[in-house]
Amino acid sequence: MSASEQRQGVNQAGRESAAAKPRWKILLVRPESVTFVLLILATIVASHLSPFFADLGFILESSTYYIEFAIVALVLTLVIIAGEIDLSPAAMMALTACIFGTVLKAGAPVPLAMAASLVSGLALGAFNGFFVTVLRLPSIIVTIGTLILYRGLAQVLAGDKSIGSFPSWFVGIDYRMVGIVPVPVIIFVLASIALGLFLGITIYGRQIYQIGTSEMAAIHAGIRVRRIKMGLFLASGLVSSIAGLMTASRLGSVRYDLASGGELTMVLIVMLGGTYIFGGRGSILGTFLATWLLVIIATGMTVANIAINAQLTVMGLLLIVSIVATNWIYARSQR
Amino acid sequence: MSTPGTGPLVAARGISKSFGGVEVLRNVDLDLAVGEIHALLGENGAGKSTFAKILAGVHRPTQGTISLAGSPVEIGSPIDAQRLGITLIHQEPLSFPDLSVAENLVIGQAGGSPLKRVRWSELAENGKRLMSLLGVAIDVRQPMRGLSIADQQMVEIARALASDSRLIIMDEPTAALTPKEVETLFVIARRLRAEGRTIVFISHRLEEVRAICDRVTIFRDGEKIETAPTASLSDADIIRRMIGRPLGEFIHRGTSHVGAVALSVSGLTLPGRFENISFDVRKGEIVGLGGLVGAGRTDVARAIFGVAPAASGSIAVNGKPVAIREPTDAIANGIAFVPEDRAIAGIFRTLSVESNITAAVPDRIAPHGLIRRAAEKAIGLEQVRKLRIRLASLRQPIGELSGGNQQKAILARWLLSEPEILILDEPTRGIDIGVKAEFYEMIGDLAAAGRAILLISSELPELLALSNRILVMCEGRLTAEIPRAEATQEAIMQAAVPRSGVHSHSAGAAA
Ligand SMILES: Nc1ncnc2c1ncn2[C@@H]1O[C@H](COP(=O)(O)OP(=O)(O)OP(=O)(O)O)[C@@H](O)[C@H]1O
Ligand SMILES: [Mg+2]
Repeated sequence: MSASEQRQGVNQAGRESAAAKPRWKILLVRPESVTFVLLILATIVASHLSPFFADLGFILESSTYYIEFAIVALVLTLVIIAGEIDLSPAAMMALTACIFGTVLKAGAPVPLAMAASLVSGLALGAFNGFFVTVLRLPSIIVTIGTLILYRGLAQVLAGDKSIGSFPSWFVGIDYRMVGIVPVPVIIFVLASIALGLFLGITIYGRQIYQIGTSEMAAIHAGIRVRRIKMGLFLASGLVSSIAGLMTASRLGSVRYDLASGGELTMVLIVMLGGTYIFGGRGSILGTFLATWLLVIIATGMTVANIAINAQLTVMGLLLIVSIVATNWIYARSQR
Repeated sequence: MSTPGTGPLVAARGISKSFGGVEVLRNVDLDLAVGEIHALLGENGAGKSTFAKILAGVHRPTQGTISLAGSPVEIGSPIDAQRLGITLIHQEPLSFPDLSVAENLVIGQAGGSPLKRVRWSELAENGKRLMSLLGVAIDVRQPMRGLSIADQQMVEIARALASDSRLIIMDEPTAALTPKEVETLFVIARRLRAEGRTIVFISHRLEEVRAICDRVTIFRDGEKIETAPTASLSDADIIRRMIGRPLGEFIHRGTSHVGAVALSVSGLTLPGRFENISFDVRKGEIVGLGGLVGAGRTDVARAIFGVAPAASGSIAVNGKPVAIREPTDAIANGIAFVPEDRAIAGIFRTLSVESNITAAVPDRIAPHGLIRRAAEKAIGLEQVRKLRIRLASLRQPIGELSGGNQQKAILARWLLSEPEILILDEPTRGIDIGVKAEFYEMIGDLAAAGRAILLISSELPELLALSNRILVMCEGRLTAEIPRAEATQEAIMQAAVPRSGVHSHSAGAAA
């Protein structure tokens, strides 16, 4: 035994000291590195296109539209890392916001209407989660179904007209500032920190990565896979209703087509942040950076008078560039 | 097909390979002769698979040259290797789980235009022929998903046979096979050798190497130590060259005190898999479960652990009936399970070694939900030392470890969880001789500490050395219970082989 002890020591020392990968290489293969580089490039280009860009306040003000989607994208990041997807959040935003509007119109006070919206968000998330975790259906199919269903329900509930005339204290969350920072941005930053910590240093965050890397291995390791996934779908519903309320406040009214098409923006943000669409890799930091990348490009192009359809093209190209770059770097690191 | 002259088929010179600055092969020279079976031996992480993968075009050497039949070649990809007539049977069977066995058999074969129709019936016919050649009863139309490790291994072997290669590299093909399948494989290997093909055979079982290999090459720490005719080296010589020290013999001390029944299953049935399985495992007892590949041993273990619960029958833990619908139920009852299929059910390939090791003990690394990095690192280091896991860093993705070292990490995961009842399914698959002895020691200690252990193993010496009692399964039924005193390899095989095949032990090969 003593001989073997000794040998272990030698082996251990020999191997541990054999320099692992250099630090810069590890940094380079981190999923959000490409996003970070793109963000810097975009900032440089945009500030050349327009002097407005020197003004941080301007960028922050114009970010509030994207921020609502970005807040949901934070939770979506967790869902995707866990190997699932949720395409229904934009529809959940609309439905829960319409529920808010309807309850308010029926004469209830704002806090009650907000509570109704949040509870219904949880219920919609639970509905998704039920199909995925209990009936074990693929989440992409389930949430494409509920994306249509929820949007339809919103239309049934609210009709084609918008519901408005909210109390004035509720309206205009995007104009409330702390210093030069609009309240939605503050919410986004706080949510990013909270979820980043949740994913990075709690055991649940760890298990989310494990589930997304190999669900089979996670099940065998005794990780409560279904419970965690259910939790993620609940969180997705809840955050969608919060984002829906923020949109309602910003617009001052709600209609069934609120946030329409938003699911693509959310998925775009998550993927642009380097999160691997099939699960197991990704980060909140990436999603955070990708949000600002999107904001800067969108506002940059608007300021430079580039048409909306051209903007979409640029976003699409950007996504492809970032995916190709991430994969290339990753593959290079493997050989 | 045959090579002119008498030169070696493969001449590798000065092969070195580094991964991210860590050199795992250093200046290896190796000749492989035409028509020989050549063993590669070495501890876990010595570089055997890496060398095999270089020959097969999976990795490119950092330095060195390879010539094939006298002319230098560049093996840039597995497709190149295929074209040159080199086939690798991977240590971890790589397959397309959703395709059928027959389709998997022809994957990677060159030829045919992309638009040519696939003749499905021909494909299935061919598949069937290959499988019967190997004497295994696998329906070639079923998908790969759900095949046992041994069956996947047999499909890999069949695929290599179908490819008509002049160099076939088998990376631990026998690790999950029982003596019967191994014998069939050897019959085929000898025939291939007679046809003038060259076979590289990697295994941790010396008796297998003795049985078929003409020459052996021993690796240690990425260096080639020696190439010699098998007969010229004794086992002790080989082991000394492999691990640089003599090996302590494992002696079962049999000191553990056998207590009350910890795990009791009765009438467990899953139609098509196993039927009416009843047995007890007592505290402090190691119960072996033997049988041929496909006898249903893994299915029983998976049922007890709740991965694929039985349709009927009951399970009791410490005398109390329990309902186990999924693994978390089993774990809540103090049951742990080391699955045979580490690539799919064991490792988190892209995650760090430490998070793999601690995956089953969240409470120990995160007492209040927050991960304590220091605690995690300490636990990881302790296990790395205990099981001699060879790695560059604890933060390294586990997929970068050698097969045997991955297996050690998974074992460490479950040893850490200190289960009351431990089910081990081929726990030493791919583990080298040196560590095996220590692992046996640990299992013995666990039993001595009053844990109940159910050990599934295809390695008869392992079953015999460790078990207090050996159960044998055959075609989904328990056919024997052999007490330690009466247990012999013959007795186990007698009960393991189906009645119809009892008379000729080479029935499989002849079929
Ligand atoms: N892709 C990779 N990246 C980094 N290191 C690697 C990679 N592949 C192998 N290694 C390292 O190379 C060394 C040799 O590994 P290899 O798989 O060749 O060992 P082996 O002799 O086949 O061992 P085993 O008996 O366990 O299968 C190991 O230390 C392993 O960690
Ligand atoms: Mg290997």
